[in-house]
Amino acid sequence: MDIPRYWRLKDQRYRLQGTVCEDCGHYSFPPRLVCPNCKSKRQKPFAFSGKGTVFSFTTIYQTIERYQDQVPYLVALIDLEEGVRITAQLTDVDSDEVEIGMPVEMVVRKFYADGDNGPIFYGYKFRPIATGS
Amino acid sequence: MNDILRPIKSVGIVGYGAYVPRYRIKASEISRVWRGEQDGNHLPIKQKSVPGPDEDTITMSIEAGKNALKRAAINPKKIRALWIGSESHPYAVKPSGTVVAQALDIFPANTSGDMEFACKAGTEAMQAALGYVGSGMAQYAMAVGMDTAQGRPGDALEYTAAAGGAAFIIGPASEALAELEGAFSYVTDTPDFFRRNYEKYPQHGNRFTGDPAYFHHIRAAVQTLMEGLNLKPSNFKYISFHQPNSKFPRKMAEELGFTKEQYTTGLLSPLIGNVYAGSSILGFTATLDAAQPGDRILLASFGSGAGSDAFSFVVTERLLQAKAKAPSTRWYIQRETVVDYTTYARWRGKIRK
Repeated sequence: MDIPRYWRLKDQRYRLQGTVCEDCGHYSFPPRLVCPNCKSKRQKPFAFSGKGTVFSFTTIYQTIERYQDQVPYLVALIDLEEGVRITAQLTDVDSDEVEIGMPVEMVVRKFYADGDNGPIFYGYKFRPIATGS
Repeated sequence: MNDILRPIKSVGIVGYGAYVPRYRIKASEISRVWRGEQDGNHLPIKQKSVPGPDEDTITMSIEAGKNALKRAAINPKKIRALWIGSESHPYAVKPSGTVVAQALDIFPANTSGDMEFACKAGTEAMQAALGYVGSGMAQYAMAVGMDTAQGRPGDALEYTAAAGGAAFIIGPASEALAELEGAFSYVTDTPDFFRRNYEKYPQHGNRFTGDPAYFHHIRAAVQTLMEGLNLKPSNFKYISFHQPNSKFPRKMAEELGFTKEQYTTGLLSPLIGNVYAGSSILGFTATLDAAQPGDRILLASFGSGAGSDAFSFVVTERLLQAKAKAPSTRWYIQRETVVDYTTYARWRGKIRK
């Protein structure tokens, strides 16, 4: 049962909410109780902008059961503009369209549904920036 | 007939945002699978939008809501109501709006509920938001119309049932990009289209969906609104009506005395299909993208069951600054990745492991 875990993580998953250290300004995602840089416990919630670039990526063909319906899918290491590197799925993009260094932005998408009658879990993925006019 | 609807306080749209998924399926591809050689010239649209495998009404409402917030440039916490109109809410019980409000940082001092009125659920949410702000209950309210519509494989609806919609932040007229002049809602018990509990696909009354339903209700709402405001068709720069196909909105517009120049900008169904609760309002966002200060825009939805909400908005100077802060509706329409029927069938759950 994933309900308690996802309930606790909802601000992280929906809004990329991490922490910023009030002493040294170090950003952390996921949020930290203690700064990994200066060991300060003065950590303030911080919502990341969601803008970043692709550091590297791969295509997943073999995965755990809850993601079986989605294969093949792309997973990338994303360098957020605040200087934090995170792992996330890519969406709205084909593997031959992805490049290292490609600018991306965070979107909320469906992670998976817990069977036919369980909850649906949502969270961050990244896609090429939608800037069009 | 009754008076038109006007709130006590002057209100308008302070932010708007569109969203359409990137994927499309050609009507000819659907026809190839179900009708073989018998397609010919009778397809209702060219293609329709298809949601990606990780998209639903909740994720798409977040996308449109983010665009509306970018244009409004307000603190999301000041939005005190979030209503989402759809006939494809991911849950039967659990509001879509709770997830969307959390994701858009609107929570927790807001009311939220899912609206359902077939294809006019989005304008139903707008009416509620206009009243909520117009009464002074709240400074801002967000109304969304969004759908990932489903059609039974091979059914006439499968050619058009598409995905997309729009979000609007309603606020005081002094901050509005487009000010409300007046509205009118017209509803009768007309069972032209419906989906019973626990059924996956809706049923429709074939030809009954035309004259007694679509045409009668939009005609009544639009004519009453124009009479109430003492306006005639030539007073409007743009119109956007509900778009279940390419033919109905054109026919309705011409019968009411509107010209091609007035309805073309907001007519999106030939390229993306019928996005149900998002249909007329998505067309409306395309007209806002094109509009200049002083332009008057007529919006009229239609929802099966049946009813129509009609609104008259007048564009203000503020729109010019706001437009470019989020992707235009045309940009969403023009980005397209075409998928085949098998991919579409897998993503839409028509085939399962």
